[in-house]
Amino acid sequence: MSIEVRHLTHTYSEGSVMRTVALDDVSFTVEKGEFVGIIGHTGSGKSTLVQHLNGLLKPSAGEVLIDGEDLNGEHVNRRALRQRIGLVFQYPEYQLFEETVAKDIAFGPKNQGLSAEEIDGRVRYAMDCVHLDYDKYSASSPFELSGGQMRRVAIAGVLAMKPSVLILDEPTAGLDPRGRDRILTMLEELHAREHTTILMVSHSMDDMARLATRLLVMAEGKLLADGTPREIFSRTEMMKGAGLDVPAAARLCQALRDRGIDLPTELYQADELRDAILRLWRQGKEATGC
Amino acid sequence: MLTNITMGQYYPVDSRVHRLDPRIKLILTIAFIVCVFLASNFAGYILLSAFLFAVCRLSNVPFKMLLRGLKPLRIILILTFLLNLFFTPGDDVWVSFWIIRITREAFLQALFYSLRLMFLVAGTSLLTLTTSPISLADGLEILMGPLKKIRFPAHELAMMMTIALRFIPTLLDETDKIMKAQMARGADFESGNLLSRAKAMVPLLVPLFISAFRRAGDLAMAMESRCYHGGEGRTRLRVLKITKNDMIACVIMAAFIAMLILAGRFIPF
Amino acid sequence: MRNDTHILAENVSYTYDDAAAPALSHVNLTVRQGEFVAVLGHNGSGKSTLAKLLNALYVPTDGCVAVCGFDTRKEELVWEIRQRAGMIFQNPDNQIVATIVKEDVAFGLENLGVPTEEMIPRIEKALSVVRMSKYADSAPHMLSGGQKQRVAIAGILAMEPAVIIADEATAMLDPSGRKEVLDTIRMLNRQKGITVIWITHFMEEAADADRVVVVSDGEVQMDGTPREVFSQVDRMRQLHLDVPPMAALAEELRKAGMPIRDGILTIEEMVQEVEKTLCQSKSAT
Repeated sequence: MSIEVRHLTHTYSEGSVMRTVALDDVSFTVEKGEFVGIIGHTGSGKSTLVQHLNGLLKPSAGEVLIDGEDLNGEHVNRRALRQRIGLVFQYPEYQLFEETVAKDIAFGPKNQGLSAEEIDGRVRYAMDCVHLDYDKYSASSPFELSGGQMRRVAIAGVLAMKPSVLILDEPTAGLDPRGRDRILTMLEELHAREHTTILMVSHSMDDMARLATRLLVMAEGKLLADGTPREIFSRTEMMKGAGLDVPAAARLCQALRDRGIDLPTELYQADELRDAILRLWRQGKEATGC
Repeated sequence: MLTNITMGQYYPVDSRVHRLDPRIKLILTIAFIVCVFLASNFAGYILLSAFLFAVCRLSNVPFKMLLRGLKPLRIILILTFLLNLFFTPGDDVWVSFWIIRITREAFLQALFYSLRLMFLVAGTSLLTLTTSPISLADGLEILMGPLKKIRFPAHELAMMMTIALRFIPTLLDETDKIMKAQMARGADFESGNLLSRAKAMVPLLVPLFISAFRRAGDLAMAMESRCYHGGEGRTRLRVLKITKNDMIACVIMAAFIAMLILAGRFIPF
Repeated sequence: MRNDTHILAENVSYTYDDAAAPALSHVNLTVRQGEFVAVLGHNGSGKSTLAKLLNALYVPTDGCVAVCGFDTRKEELVWEIRQRAGMIFQNPDNQIVATIVKEDVAFGLENLGVPTEEMIPRIEKALSVVRMSKYADSAPHMLSGGQKQRVAIAGILAMEPAVIIADEATAMLDPSGRKEVLDTIRMLNRQKGITVIWITHFMEEAADADRVVVVSDGEVQMDGTPREVFSQVDRMRQLHLDVPPMAALAEELRKAGMPIRDGILTIEEMVQEVEKTLCQSKSAT
């Protein structure tokens, strides 16, 4: 399933003094199986953008095409399209409402009109995806779980609808390192196993370095850059201009290169940088014969 | 989606009306409400409108904001109008067919009643638009102060009101967010009959209540950590002082009441 | 006890009413005036419980806590303690009481019974210190998360505290808001000598504290300078905490045999060390 965004513009409070252009002529296409990271300063338009991708907001101008079909077209079944695009909001645990974990996860599939059997299958599948043991947790109240677990229940609630595209708005915000790692690992697996197209908004460049195959950089409602993490993270000046950091490994690599150490450009993952430094060190040792 | 409710929302600009003592403003608002019921003819209603408009101008609050406060009431307004229109007995029949009978008396009463409702809401909105909730609560607390002697929790009520007002925008934002999140899970808030729509509210209301309780717990702790221990021994940032401005406002109100009574007595329409 | 001891926790245990196991057990902690102590721990480690014990919101089940010499078990001292140990919480929305910024800053002073004439300059000063004077008459819900937290800090500051306890005050903020709040607190620590207890799970924020205390399973697991604590990469990982990326990289390079020294935290240190090691390996003839 592909998503095509064409000249998307969104203006809040049109025609009043509060008028703000949140999105300004944004265009890009996401193909099936991509893991797209959306980065940008607060207020750069990221959240507005993702809400357009499943029709919660309507564009002021431009269009969003899902597999070539205009999401806001006249004869489109918007609810059906929306169900194929799972959207996980910030702090999604605040939307939990059912008595049991299983019932809450079943809310989406139920709205899709599935049979009881299918719903049960979906709940099991989704809990498995987020590493929550069905036998242990399905009957417990979601409000008795830890913050990280609640968040995973909420994500399972979206996964249970089996969306072809999964969009997450800062899925790790407010979690501690362990909770964050669980979510990231889970997304990594989901992407590898089912080739789900994933779009993720995050402030953490290290998370992006770990997961994304492509990055969209937003600034002041515009799409500032679109490329692989390698390309984007090597453009330190542009990133600084957008008020964004680059991963620590990319900064170290840059600093070492500035000191004349012969490292390949554009390393941004800690592992590859470690290997490159070790290679240099071993070469040096061999050359001196010790 | 839900951010355009202005009832009970302070409009923070500076004006003579804003600077009035909240106690005086409360009393004047009550006086205005009495005026609304005193007005018995068109002249009175014209005076009321002129008064509201003038105060609004004086307060630097855009008239639009005042009108916007009436919007949530439109269904009640229409209902009031229609009920009075169809069910008030009268002799001077204007329209009559099938079981519907509209008389001049009914029309006038419908008009008066809905105008009266509008004036009441607009008048009280003007109070809340020009008075910060905290000073409103302060004013209420002092006005109700004598009741403390009979164990009436004036301070607690005032504090509760302040907090409620403080959290209205926060909870509205939250409602909007939860609504969108549930819509993304296929929830449908818009179609179906009344029963299924009420049912559809459950996924919205439960998280909202849970969140409100969580916030209440957090806030209680934050207040305690900032040494809150009830009204005893508490001082105020705002000390209320009656100024010349307040006296002038009272005189204007008295004059207005007199005008209204005279208008009711001597103007025949 | 030395009189510059601001926080003293002796053998403190705390068990919640409905809990079987204690949330904190046998914690000892001494914090001196002017120290910036970061308390690191994952969720459920007991670090928030510790925060609430330091401000007399909770009273220890066992052991004792003293704030500036005031014992938190004595009920009559509770206002003395809370005035001296101001607290900032995680959710910026849930700690602002008033609908106007300056009135919120006044809240603590009103509770203390400070006379009005004295209140006004104190509020103005507190707001200017956190650089929020411009917003004195704004409504809090129009502010960003970082700005709201700075208002909360001003509210504490106006009460002239000796200690500020920040309980995950940046957890819900974006990177720029986090920086704003942390910079403000650091400035208060350095320029005004206010003692800071900075509770967090962000390792980066602990990196330039004077001291890092790691809490896990209700116990203090490590207590030392950031360098001492963060160079124990494996131990930190065991406790489900992050380590600074450079410390982690140094550890991995060491494990692969490269002679990198202990205690590297910053990129600059790493650059120097790598450069040195590479030069040595080249010129070792």
